[in-house]
Amino acid sequence: MKQRILEVEHLRTEFHLRSANVAAVDDVSLTIDQGECVGLVGESGCGKSTTGLSIMRLLPRSGHVTAGRVLLDGRDLVPLSEAQMRQVRGREVSMIFQDPMTSLNPTMTIGAQVAEPLVIHFGSSKKAAMDRTLETLHLVGIPNPRERVDDYPHQLSGGLRQRVMIATALAAEPKLLIADEPTTALDVTIQAQILDLLDRLREELSMAVLLITHDIGVIAGRTDRVMVMYAGRMVESATTDELFAATRHPYAEALLQSIPQLTQDANARLPSIPGHPPDLSRLPPGCRFAPRCRYASPACIEEPPLEEAATGHLVACFHPVGVLSGAAAAWSAPGAPAGAPTSPPPVPASAALDASAALDASGSPARAGDPTPPPDATTRRLTLAAAAVLVEVDHLVKEYPVRGGGLRRRVGSVKAVSDVSFGIRRGETFGLVGESGCGKSTLGRMVAALERPTSGTVRLGGDELLRLRGADLRRRRRELQLMFQDPYASLDPRMRVGSILREPLVVQGVGDRRQQWETVASLLDEVGLSRRAIDLYPHEFSGGQRQRIGLARALTLNPRLVVADEPVSALDVSIQSQILNLMKALQRSHGLTYLVISHDLAVLRYLSDTIGVMYLGKMVELGAADDVYARPAHPYTHGLIQAIPVPDPSIEKAKRSAAVRGELPSAVNPPSGCRFRTRCPLAQEICAEEEPPLRGFGPGHVAACHFPLLSPSTDQQAGAVPVVSVASEPAPGAS
Amino acid sequence: MTTHDNPPPPSQELPAAGAATMATRPSAPSPQRSGERAATAPGAPRDSDVAAPASAWRLGLRTFTENHLATVGLVILVLLVLFSFVGPLLYHTNQVASSLISQNLPPSGSHLLGTSPEGRDELGRLMLGGQSTIEVGLGVGVLATLFGLVYGALSGFVGGVLDAVMMRVVDALLSIPYLFFVVLLAALARPNLLLVIVVLSAASWLSTARLVRGETLSLRTRDYVTASQGFGSRAHQVIARHITPNLLGVVVVNGTLKVADAILAFASIAYLGLGPPPPATNWGELLSAGINNLFDGYWWQLWPAGLLIVLTVLAVNVIGDGLSDVAEIRLQKR
Repeated sequence: MKQRILEVEHLRTEFHLRSANVAAVDDVSLTIDQGECVGLVGESGCGKSTTGLSIMRLLPRSGHVTAGRVLLDGRDLVPLSEAQMRQVRGREVSMIFQDPMTSLNPTMTIGAQVAEPLVIHFGSSKKAAMDRTLETLHLVGIPNPRERVDDYPHQLSGGLRQRVMIATALAAEPKLLIADEPTTALDVTIQAQILDLLDRLREELSMAVLLITHDIGVIAGRTDRVMVMYAGRMVESATTDELFAATRHPYAEALLQSIPQLTQDANARLPSIPGHPPDLSRLPPGCRFAPRCRYASPACIEEPPLEEAATGHLVACFHPVGVLSGAAAAWSAPGAPAGAPTSPPPVPASAALDASAALDASGSPARAGDPTPPPDATTRRLTLAAAAVLVEVDHLVKEYPVRGGGLRRRVGSVKAVSDVSFGIRRGETFGLVGESGCGKSTLGRMVAALERPTSGTVRLGGDELLRLRGADLRRRRRELQLMFQDPYASLDPRMRVGSILREPLVVQGVGDRRQQWETVASLLDEVGLSRRAIDLYPHEFSGGQRQRIGLARALTLNPRLVVADEPVSALDVSIQSQILNLMKALQRSHGLTYLVISHDLAVLRYLSDTIGVMYLGKMVELGAADDVYARPAHPYTHGLIQAIPVPDPSIEKAKRSAAVRGELPSAVNPPSGCRFRTRCPLAQEICAEEEPPLRGFGPGHVAACHFPLLSPSTDQQAGAVPVVSVASEPAPGAS
Repeated sequence: MTTHDNPPPPSQELPAAGAATMATRPSAPSPQRSGERAATAPGAPRDSDVAAPASAWRLGLRTFTENHLATVGLVILVLLVLFSFVGPLLYHTNQVASSLISQNLPPSGSHLLGTSPEGRDELGRLMLGGQSTIEVGLGVGVLATLFGLVYGALSGFVGGVLDAVMMRVVDALLSIPYLFFVVLLAALARPNLLLVIVVLSAASWLSTARLVRGETLSLRTRDYVTASQGFGSRAHQVIARHITPNLLGVVVVNGTLKVADAILAFASIAYLGLGPPPPATNWGELLSAGINNLFDGYWWQLWPAGLLIVLTVLAVNVIGDGLSDVAEIRLQKR
């Protein structure tokens, strides 16, 4: 029996808000043994971070632990004085945070920051602290720690910064490490590296780790036990294998199902959880998940106790999944009649919740405007193959000058996009994927005619929009619209939603006032929002609802092309699937063409017909989505696919090491030859000397690699411009 | 408001339009504001998050009054305005003729706050002085803010060469001490209130312009500005619709500081004797006269004027604080 490090008993943390006191953490108990990794998972706002902060006693001013005990090695942390607590923090418990940009002090060298806890806790001498710092930096995998130790945080990449952050947390060798979303701000390739590092450190130092994350894929591969939280409560707790194999709580089940997976059938609707988590100041009576639950019954008006369903498997639910057979089928069946199998419980809020449940459960956005059911995969592929090319991107280049020196002379350039060509057919969804900094957003902005390319052309329906000037350009802009990542920054906080949605119509002078308001109202219906939204401000909506508003705004002018830059990456998985479903439904009803930019391959795999993989400004692989996933030709594509955490412990734990090593090189001086060679496991001398041409690997599938993972087909040769999408032949009009 | 009739359900979900309304095409919402509300389909589930869709003004007022200090400041400012502008109607004094017999009289029944060195009633002088002081303060506040807003927003939004030129002009003007302006103008023309306002505004708008430019630089990269350009808005449309409303918070707060600054600057100009000539007066001039007689023990000539200046400046500053709460729209719901 391993030593028990942390034991949290009936923890309750309250926040005093202006309007009310809310319990962000309500009666949560958990234990962590030495060398064990426990995952805490749930949607944002469910209290998982607050649990971590409560253990550290680092709550914001308005928060207090009001009940329960936090036993660290048998000592209760709750009644300790602030001075005593300072002795505990960093030395016995450490915490690492999500954003490595803000969690390091930009004015201190990384060496000084790693040494800080040593000086504070052990009063180490300068020399001793430095030795230990170098040792710790080496431990977390910083190359050449002796040279790096005097660097400032801005000189390091995001991945290295997170390593430094981990080093500061580990310097004093704590017994417990709380990792709060340690990899959420990082690219998948870097995420895999950091998670590997945490795993290795846990084994080497036999630390206990509490891993807080919203990403169930991350939980699957890295944890021994998992706890699922919802609205401040623990709803399920089990060993990782058991949780994934025999999920009991409907929330955990729904959460698992709403993640788009690589194996997902792209033509089926993603299951999603209707509505969103409750406002903690206005909780529904009884089971907190009941209003969103498929299996809820009148019994759920009582609060379900956390009971042992199997050995070591705790569930708080009256209708655990798997016990009531047949219910699971109802959940996953798309298009099930709204509310019919299990009508929501007779809680007072049911009127409102009923409607929202009906919306998401039955796919009603599609119902309003889209009489046609989703076509099957083959039909869709054939239709698309016959469709005309809407967007042609031809040898597009974008370089930003880098200025330096006293007179701000041009000293170089950032090669954001280098010679990229592709085409998008009418009605198609083109997915663009790559790590951050690979130029995908710049490419998106150029396609949206918001940025002028350095050279090369973008054509929309045969016309080069940026050739046009003044009023002509402004009029043609209605044909392409944008959807943004951050639902908080993309809506003007001082405009009511009605004015936000009406603005494009006013600018373009479409219709009279009456018609404009009619359009606004019907758009709100289409994206599944109440018309009362017209009078509200953006801050009165949740992230998912704002993203719906953003989508509605993009559709007001009936565009031909929508450029969506990371449309769902700021959202919780359950909300994410609602938006993805909505995007698909609207594509069918409006005949939209999408260019979707994302770092998330699973999202793109679900949404896209064609995928383009970018690396450091270059398009390295392009092809039909299924084809690219099933048979990646480029080692980078393969690495990206490998790096995605899969919510299946057996697959995830079988992965041995990060698939893509190192970090993205600078775009100012990209590597010669193949730009990926510095991180490629297959790289040889020729890769540094010669830039690999795009070669064909089957119909419409091209990749640029000297040593591809597939043998190239002979019909398509070097230099062929890949204006090909789902179709097998090059598009007409490609130059 | 119509929604008061139906108590909203206690859910915080702004629910999807009800299934009933989704199937049928919407009835046309009328373009008027009241109409918008009425247009909410009757069957649609009522939202709840915002208990009643209060007007922005009402929300703003509520936030403002929650800042008790700001409320006190507003009350004080209103009282001061009443004192200066309504006071003379109730308390009649001769502020034109000087009287040798009633020089420097201490407070008494006939002169509640004594008399000035020229033998005019001191309380009456404070009222008269308050008028010009408040006029200059508000005048400069509004003028400098409006000009600085337009200048800064244009410079920041357009950017490039125009921005560089416009900002160098500001830098150059900032390097000239405003007292130099004042002395120069006082030498050239007989100072009147309008001139004082113009001169002080000319010195005051510069920092507003800089502030606004900086804010604009960050606002113009916001996604909603990109979106607006994405559907073809022109520069002036973006500035009017997105930039200016989002600047208002900063600008209004900055404006109240300008008011306080202008009152102080006017006082120092008057103190130097460069203000409008008597019998016109202002609090700064009264203060200056009071200091001249400080050692004769004529406290009524010094303290009331000084107190009123301090009170006005403090009141305006805490009002600015309250307005910044109002401007922070996210505070209005919590």
